[in-house]
Amino acid sequence: MQRITIDPITRLEGHGKIEIFLDAEGNVANTYFQIPELRGFERFCVGRPVEEMPLLTNRICGVCPEAHHMAAAKAADAVYHVDPPPTAKKLRELLYSAFYVTDHTTHFYALAGPDFVMGPDAPVAERNILGVIHKVGLEIGGKVIQCRKYGHTVVEMIGGRKVHPCTSIPGGLTKGITEEQRVEIEKMGRWAIEFAQFSLKLFNDIVLGNKAYVDLILGDIYYHRTHYIGMVDENNKVNFYDGKVSVVDPDGNRLGKYAPPEYRDWIAERVEPWTYLKFPYLKKVGWKGFVDGKDSGVYCATPLSRLNAADGMAMPLAQAEYEKFYSTLGGKPVHQRLATHWARLIELLYAAERWVELATDPEITSPDFHKVPTEKPTEGVGIVEAPRGTLTHHYWTDERGVLTKVNLIVGTTNNYAPISMSIKKAAEGFIKKGVVVNEGILNRVEMAFRAYDPCFGCATHSLPGQMPLQITVHDAKGEVVEVLRQNC
Amino acid sequence: MTDQEHFEPVIIGFTCNWCSYRAADLAGTARMKYPPNVRLIRLMCSGRLDPTFVLKALASGADAVLITGCHPGECHYLEQNYKALRRYLLLRRTLAQMGIEPQRVKLVWASAAEGARLAQEITTLVEEIRALGPLHWPTAPEFGGNGHRPQPEIQPELEEVAA
Amino acid sequence: MSTNGTKPKFAMYWAAACGGCEIAVLNIHEKILDVDANFEVVFWPVAMDAKYKDVEAMPDESITLTLFNGGIRNSENEEMAHLMRRKSKILVAFGSCACEGCIPGLANLSTVQEIFDTVYATVSTDNPQGLRPQFHFAAPEGELRIPAFYPVLKTLDQVVKVDYYMPGCPPESHQIAAVVDLVIKALHGEAQLPPPGAVIGVGNSTVCDECPRKRNEKTIKQFVRIQDLQAPDPALCLLEQGIPCNGPATRSGCGALCPQAGAQCIGCYGPAEGVLDFGARLMTAFASVIDSQDPDEIERILDGLVDPAGQFYRFSLAGSLLRAAKPAWKGNGTRDNGRTEGTRVPSAPAVPVKGR
Repeated sequence: MQRITIDPITRLEGHGKIEIFLDAEGNVANTYFQIPELRGFERFCVGRPVEEMPLLTNRICGVCPEAHHMAAAKAADAVYHVDPPPTAKKLRELLYSAFYVTDHTTHFYALAGPDFVMGPDAPVAERNILGVIHKVGLEIGGKVIQCRKYGHTVVEMIGGRKVHPCTSIPGGLTKGITEEQRVEIEKMGRWAIEFAQFSLKLFNDIVLGNKAYVDLILGDIYYHRTHYIGMVDENNKVNFYDGKVSVVDPDGNRLGKYAPPEYRDWIAERVEPWTYLKFPYLKKVGWKGFVDGKDSGVYCATPLSRLNAADGMAMPLAQAEYEKFYSTLGGKPVHQRLATHWARLIELLYAAERWVELATDPEITSPDFHKVPTEKPTEGVGIVEAPRGTLTHHYWTDERGVLTKVNLIVGTTNNYAPISMSIKKAAEGFIKKGVVVNEGILNRVEMAFRAYDPCFGCATHSLPGQMPLQITVHDAKGEVVEVLRQNC
Repeated sequence: MTDQEHFEPVIIGFTCNWCSYRAADLAGTARMKYPPNVRLIRLMCSGRLDPTFVLKALASGADAVLITGCHPGECHYLEQNYKALRRYLLLRRTLAQMGIEPQRVKLVWASAAEGARLAQEITTLVEEIRALGPLHWPTAPEFGGNGHRPQPEIQPELEEVAA
Repeated sequence: MSTNGTKPKFAMYWAAACGGCEIAVLNIHEKILDVDANFEVVFWPVAMDAKYKDVEAMPDESITLTLFNGGIRNSENEEMAHLMRRKSKILVAFGSCACEGCIPGLANLSTVQEIFDTVYATVSTDNPQGLRPQFHFAAPEGELRIPAFYPVLKTLDQVVKVDYYMPGCPPESHQIAAVVDLVIKALHGEAQLPPPGAVIGVGNSTVCDECPRKRNEKTIKQFVRIQDLQAPDPALCLLEQGIPCNGPATRSGCGALCPQAGAQCIGCYGPAEGVLDFGARLMTAFASVIDSQDPDEIERILDGLVDPAGQFYRFSLAGSLLRAAKPAWKGNGTRDNGRTEGTRVPSAPAVPVKGR
């Protein structure tokens, strides 16, 4: 069988490769999306003191260490059966909101933006952050840098460092903030709200104003009817930091909401021998393969999922955008994967609003940011919404608080099955008998993948104009049949 | 595989100059028999013992390490043997997590007059290690390791570019 | 003047990494434009679409500067280390993973079997057949491969020669900015690079020197877990308050951010200058502050350190003298240098991939 290999996947965090097998006619027979990396956190964290987990699990991902830091902090609180003071929880969520703004910004502008703003068939030389800047103005680059700078300033003020925060401990935080810092945080937050609105307007003008692009979003190739999950507060509004996880089926019916200790009633993970990463699925529905539908346990956890799984947004500007989103796309739930980029910007706005809301909370500068645990440590689960999906940390410790067992289900992992399906469908849709497989075709396959924002964004880096690319096609004997090159 | 019956442990012994090294001297001049498996390295004081020495010895092929010093209260430099004691106790705990049996690092206090006792301690240690078996740490050169850090040899030169 | 008028080439690659080093580079903010003005970025998987084959096609030593982060966990990481070494004039071990192994190096306390058995049989994993990843798998359509997982994680200089080391987890952005400035100046002949093998982007002392907390005579009768500290003193040395802080032996350069935020230094900047084994130096530092001469009392105080290997080798296990726990060395063979394929595991039947 002929094979097309894309190795490595680029413009994401982490390693991945795609194998596309073609049948004798030249149509796609099958695709495999393999993850070639494993480091073993679930094993080597055993034996470590539980208060180190917010520090150790930071290193699972240096793009979203804040997510692991918070999930670990909440799990460690649960292990010690301690409820941190309100100021600590608000400070953690404030840090988290600023982080969300930064993270969603970098993904939209530098990772997804080029495909989206320039269009999928734009010349490679323009389909990068530079092209985006030229199209919409040099000012943009400066704004994106500014946004990242502000976000990381807040992370450092509350978390101690810009990357790999260090201030969460069981029972709360090691420090609070001063009024001076609070004023600065509020100011940066208000700027962030304006920037979020600007980004949504940009999306509206350039993407929604372009019929060809709207057709792509609404078309069938990037469409999957799957289940969706996302964390919601007690009013069923999207919340990134705390709440219960809402699960809805492809028709939008809520199957239930689970609290952190109940996650195992809902989620199980499958192993395939050709990849290091596992495939989570909904236990109550069951694994039926890499298929869509109500009877398939495949589910998504992305910004789109969170909006689908919730009843609305808790902040007013974001809520207005939420309503516009669904009325434009024909109701809930939305299954078009490319709409995830729009959903991401709505979350960006919500995060900025929440940033200001928390920064103006009367308790935010209180010195009461830690409560010493008094109970014996045993076991606990912490769940937050990482930008790429629901993140679950589950710890068991001995009576000294030293870890005896660890279970992690990490954001992008939730989406491994749907990403695989999206890649296959896009490959089948674009690579057919008679089609010359060129760079643009392969980019459309990669776009299926990028909508899920697999864990990395890169902001303001000026990308070179060329995209060097080589595709080698082998026949069944392994001999080279054709080599396609571009710019190399 | 090494035949354990013919296994001769290699043991590095860090001995302090004032008490325990003199004890070893005494054993020698008195022709006391004890096995030759311990290679002695003289330190001025057991307080000079850096855990790095122990780790380097084990990583380089030693099967065990012996540390000897003056009895508590008799240190030539007053209290430095207590430093050795604290380091030793902490090191053993760490080594246990590395899969190295506690018996492989031994601390013995011996005064300058205790030649016979020191000889006995060494004899006992050698047999204990013989029973335990070789350590064969994989970084040791004879087991295929290539040592700790290679020295860089290349001299990178930068091409000057237009300003 | 350069011979051909083009900008010198730059690359950044991640092996077994987390992406934090990439973010730290981006956090130099506007200065990234200086990088762009002075270099042509030819390979940086996180940011642009050059593939492995493109690097293989480049002439040897055509990349002037490569920042290599991440540890050597599997065969692909090692192949890339050799490739980037060949293609680069200057190869920098960037970040703690490449320099001394960093936190994923803690896996060196476990065997491959233990790692696989943990990951592929967690409480939420549904794996009744006991499947494990196969380095070669016969799918119905063709052979699929994933890189071989090594028994012991290695540092970059344990597989290739390294020109410079830039430690930190991640290196702080102000240090990265300073190094960027230096390299650009050197390109223009306005500055000298340090001698090869140097550690760059760091201070020449320890974190204690940068820490503003007050230090008296450190004497500990008890180690305290940070969450148990009643009324922590924000101005007093953390180690003096009984918190196990690695400041005394950790390289300076970060600005002592964590102790200023109330958290103990965990040692992410690696060992101070001239230290052969980071953990050994920390053991000495901790042993010095224990205030007791009685063996039983010392043992009782040491009981307060619940995880010595983790405390002292948190970032540096792979780069230490012993490098890994004894059982961890066993892969398929006992040799560390070979590209062992790891544990032989029950081979999975070729599962027809239905429904795809």
